[in-house]
Amino acid sequence: MIEQVLVLSLSKQTIERYNTTMSFSEELNIKQGVFTFAGDSKLPLQSGREFGPISVAYETYGVLSKDKCNAILLLHALSGDAHVAGKHNKEDKKTGWWDVMVGPGKPFDTNKYFVICSNVLGGCSGTTGPSSLDPLTKKPYAMTFPVITIEDMVNAQHALVKSLGIDCLYSISGGSMGGMQALKWVQMYPEMIKSVVAIATTTKLSPQAIAFNEVGRQAIISDPAWNKGDYYGKKELPRKGLSIARMLGHITYLSEEGMTRKFGRQLSSSQQFQYEFLTEFQVESYLHYQGQRFTERFDANSYIYLTKAIDYFDLSSGYNSLEEALAMVKSKFLVLSYSSDWLFPTYQSDELVKALRKNNIDVSFCEINADYGHDSFLLQNDLHEKLIHGFLENVK
Amino acid sequence: MKRVLKMLEKRKDLEAILNYIEEGSRVLDIGCGDGSLLYTLKKIKKIQAFGLEIDEEKIAECVSKGLSVIQYDLNKGLPDYQDKAFDFVILSQTLQQVARPDQAIKEVVRVGKKAIVSVPNFGFWKCRFDLFFKGKTPVTKALPHMWYNTPNLRVLTIKDFNDFCQEIGVRIIKTIPLLSSEGDSEKIISLFSNLRADYCVFMLETK
Repeated sequence: MIEQVLVLSLSKQTIERYNTTMSFSEELNIKQGVFTFAGDSKLPLQSGREFGPISVAYETYGVLSKDKCNAILLLHALSGDAHVAGKHNKEDKKTGWWDVMVGPGKPFDTNKYFVICSNVLGGCSGTTGPSSLDPLTKKPYAMTFPVITIEDMVNAQHALVKSLGIDCLYSISGGSMGGMQALKWVQMYPEMIKSVVAIATTTKLSPQAIAFNEVGRQAIISDPAWNKGDYYGKKELPRKGLSIARMLGHITYLSEEGMTRKFGRQLSSSQQFQYEFLTEFQVESYLHYQGQRFTERFDANSYIYLTKAIDYFDLSSGYNSLEEALAMVKSKFLVLSYSSDWLFPTYQSDELVKALRKNNIDVSFCEINADYGHDSFLLQNDLHEKLIHGFLENVK
Repeated sequence: MKRVLKMLEKRKDLEAILNYIEEGSRVLDIGCGDGSLLYTLKKIKKIQAFGLEIDEEKIAECVSKGLSVIQYDLNKGLPDYQDKAFDFVILSQTLQQVARPDQAIKEVVRVGKKAIVSVPNFGFWKCRFDLFFKGKTPVTKALPHMWYNTPNLRVLTIKDFNDFCQEIGVRIIKTIPLLSSEGDSEKIISLFSNLRADYCVFMLETK
């Protein structure tokens, strides 16, 4: 049924290839697809370059209503992908990255809403990025991939949403880099969006956060195996550099109180110090484990490109003020921040709320008391679930 | 709606506020709690409702009612709100809980063309009785906490508030002294109100 709706709504000019596969998890009604566009007329990028063709990997959950007005676009953060909820196969160990929030009876209720999530442009989970093959050279783009921005990501998502025959989004939502995309979306396509849930995000990154991103990038670039980005198909991959970048990233996503609660000063195996430079503390082994696991699923070049896009993001660039940058917005807003998030601190959400309020936009804001730093938005939390659920129920 | 009207029969303060607020006006409720008052005003008076609240659970209640509410601490003042940005500003049972009530009232009458302020009355006979005869800090329906766990930082009487408004150049258009009785109901006290009312609603305007 849903496939019929999707297929019927495809516009032939924009789509060159479309395929969907049936997936496990009937309850969620997960559909996977890849949408390819910008083959002939390339996508103009914010940098001034043009780029194409672009494939966008996406998943949908639930059923699109007949009036096509129940679609919610979810936007993932730096390391996320299109798989937002449930499992594809019974054998899958992990559920999607926001499974706590998306599904039947959950805040993004797939019984009511048609949830769409796609991998971002520049990513490495199905959407065109530095690891994709350049059709001209038949080799991976690597560092010949153009520098992309949040705006470029939004344009790719916009093409996808349009290809699904959807002109109106009931809501768009995302945390962190996902929130940045949501803000850019509502600025670029204000008439399409009824509501925005902007979580643990900012209209521009603080210099401190840019600094951390740069150290992450340098960790990758300094790894000899990075080889100026040309490592695809080689024996040695820049795993060391990527893993250090991820370890650093993880520190910034957590908080001191969160780490204290989770690990304390506990040692991982022995009861006493070894007086050697081993991985002794639990927090160390946690970081090593996270770093290692990340290299199994993420591309080092994508990490470089995506962190740069985050650094460049400034919603008010080209405007005299943030207030002016949001003057076109009509959507209802829910803005959430977390008390222990020092990477995207509450004052940044405050600035967004102030600018929205000055534009007379219907906005609600809450700083949620949570221990786990920036990562709190991904975790189970009754309060943010209640807020998002209540907010979505009241979108008209 | 039926429930709302039934509630209004009992809550004389809400009824008074409802009668006072004009249809379709812009209303800011500071310390809006779970949003009941704003919700009622929105339904009955078709107001544009804005709430400020400090408690996250209460914010979630407001959001579930479809209200737009911002987490905010009035102790920071209202520097980002323009003069006369609202037709009405409501400060219900909040003034006694802020660090500087004088600054709060000045801010409220600055951003609102009119203001509605309600405070518990410490001049209520039971307060006087408890203090004078029992020698104990009063506990009443309007002031239900013990001295050690009360959120109220200030105690004041209706007379205090009258004098204070005079001092800062705020005109009191209407005073509605109330006595809470059993259940959720209240009655208006017209005689010897500073003695007989346990709390009071004031309608204010800048002179």
